[in-house]
Amino acid sequence: MARRWPIWTGLALAAVVFTYPFAWLVSASLKPRPDVFDNALIPREWAPENYVTIWSVAPVLTWLTNSVVVALAAAGTVTVSSAIVAFGFAYFRFPGRNALFALVVGTMMLPGAVTMIPAYLIWNELGLAATQVPLWAQNLFGSAFYIFLIRQFFLGVPRELFEAARVDGAGYWRLFWRIAVPLCRPALIVAFVFELRASWSDLLRPLIYLRDPALFTMPRGMKAILDQFGQAGEARWEVVLAGAVLTTVPMIIAFLLCQRYFIEGVATQGRKG
Amino acid sequence: MARRDTWAAYGFLSPWIIGFLVFLAGPMVASLVLSFTDYDALTGTEFVGADNYRTLLGDPRVRTSLGNTLLYTALHVPVTMVVSLALALLLHRAGRRSAGFFRTVFYLPTVTPKVAVGVLFLLLFNGQSGLVNRTLGLVGLDGPDWTVDPSWIKPGLVLMGAWSLGSTVIIYLAALQDVPRDLHEAAQMDGASAWRRFRAVTVPAISGALFFTLIINTISSLQTFDEVYTAFYGSANQQTYGSDAALFYVVYLFQQAFQFLHIGYASALAWLLFLIIMVVTLVQVRLSRRFVHYGGG
Repeated sequence: MARRWPIWTGLALAAVVFTYPFAWLVSASLKPRPDVFDNALIPREWAPENYVTIWSVAPVLTWLTNSVVVALAAAGTVTVSSAIVAFGFAYFRFPGRNALFALVVGTMMLPGAVTMIPAYLIWNELGLAATQVPLWAQNLFGSAFYIFLIRQFFLGVPRELFEAARVDGAGYWRLFWRIAVPLCRPALIVAFVFELRASWSDLLRPLIYLRDPALFTMPRGMKAILDQFGQAGEARWEVVLAGAVLTTVPMIIAFLLCQRYFIEGVATQGRKG
Repeated sequence: MARRDTWAAYGFLSPWIIGFLVFLAGPMVASLVLSFTDYDALTGTEFVGADNYRTLLGDPRVRTSLGNTLLYTALHVPVTMVVSLALALLLHRAGRRSAGFFRTVFYLPTVTPKVAVGVLFLLLFNGQSGLVNRTLGLVGLDGPDWTVDPSWIKPGLVLMGAWSLGSTVIIYLAALQDVPRDLHEAAQMDGASAWRRFRAVTVPAISGALFFTLIINTISSLQTFDEVYTAFYGSANQQTYGSDAALFYVVYLFQQAFQFLHIGYASALAWLLFLIIMVVTLVQVRLSRRFVHYGGG
């Protein structure tokens, strides 16, 4: 095993580089204001009260709750709708199927920045532009990448299972709900956690749609905290840092709980390429 | 298949078909039409022909933002790919069980919201007291003013961007694990050096994954917004950075559309972005045809 040591050294060094910013972030958020920039990993003096302060200067609990609600709505709707559409493509043979599926795959290449203006105008017409609805409602129509991913799993279900259920008189919805969905649960979880992450982290759309601070998601609120307590205005970086930790930690926990699905999802993504 | 089945099939597809028409095809057409107008929700919309596109060609901030974005992409994508491949090779050699732990460590920054990444950038890369320059100081280097100096903002962002390359590492690792072992053994038997085996066996075998990450990373890099907007723009510090060194294309697009409410002009900007992404992607597809090998390992 003598030749293994360069590998371990390389990995260990990289691991330090990748984890240090987190460690620094958490540690600095627990320091009193004058010490924030001292770069010590263990605070000389602890200031957990930063997390009490942020509570009083910004409605962080509201923002965190908003984020949870929006992210669950976004992930839930996209998973169900994408699964329904994926089943349509996986089970049925019908005229135009291949062309339509090519169109679905093609839309994956469409940059989101291109449709953001017309989408805004639509929500504006509907009178919903200043609400949280636009942050998740487009997911009701499925999303190309998840349709692609879930379809791959549905195609793997032995056709005989469906045929047998058909003979027993099951309708298509039953085939989908009682056979395809339970057998492909991992793919659905992958879609769910991916979208949960994407929705939780999104800043651009909350910036476009949300005006009322009571509706802010955590990243949008975090941006407001930075605007107020960052380099402009009065500098209270310890509050900013506590906010950054509160924005990040729920996602880290979600990841550690379902990391198998995150990582499997990403790995599958590359294999199709 | 019976006609009833076809109807059922379209029933299952209907969410996507409706979404495509209402939130994709429709908006695309609308945005194209808008790009030829001077849109104003209050006083009415006026058709102005190709005026927006003419303005755009002469707009120095379009040139700046486009230059910044392209330079960032040209640095960010190769750095991400090379570092990710190096890490994936290390993970591959380390064996499956230990790879699991490090894979998690490398992926963690990817789940960090970009807002937090923007905050980290401001603090870690601070010229005076930031951790990065203090570390450089340990080896006697005098670090630049990363967050202020116009010529160092983008290199700094590239370094920060490289922090979240976890997904690329995982994609490469999955591809490496799919490379048939006997290919390597055969090459070794022929006396090929490690570097030669890497070039002649590994790279072609994972070329599909390399190509996929090239396209995905380029498209997302051209649309960089969250971390840059967090660090350099916002209600309070709008005017702090007069140099526009951090003006990325989507940031400018966002400002035009939602701060200055120049909806027609912003639509033209969106179409230019679409065109650029299409061209870049097509060029990459063309070039990669010579390098990408599919199937058979």
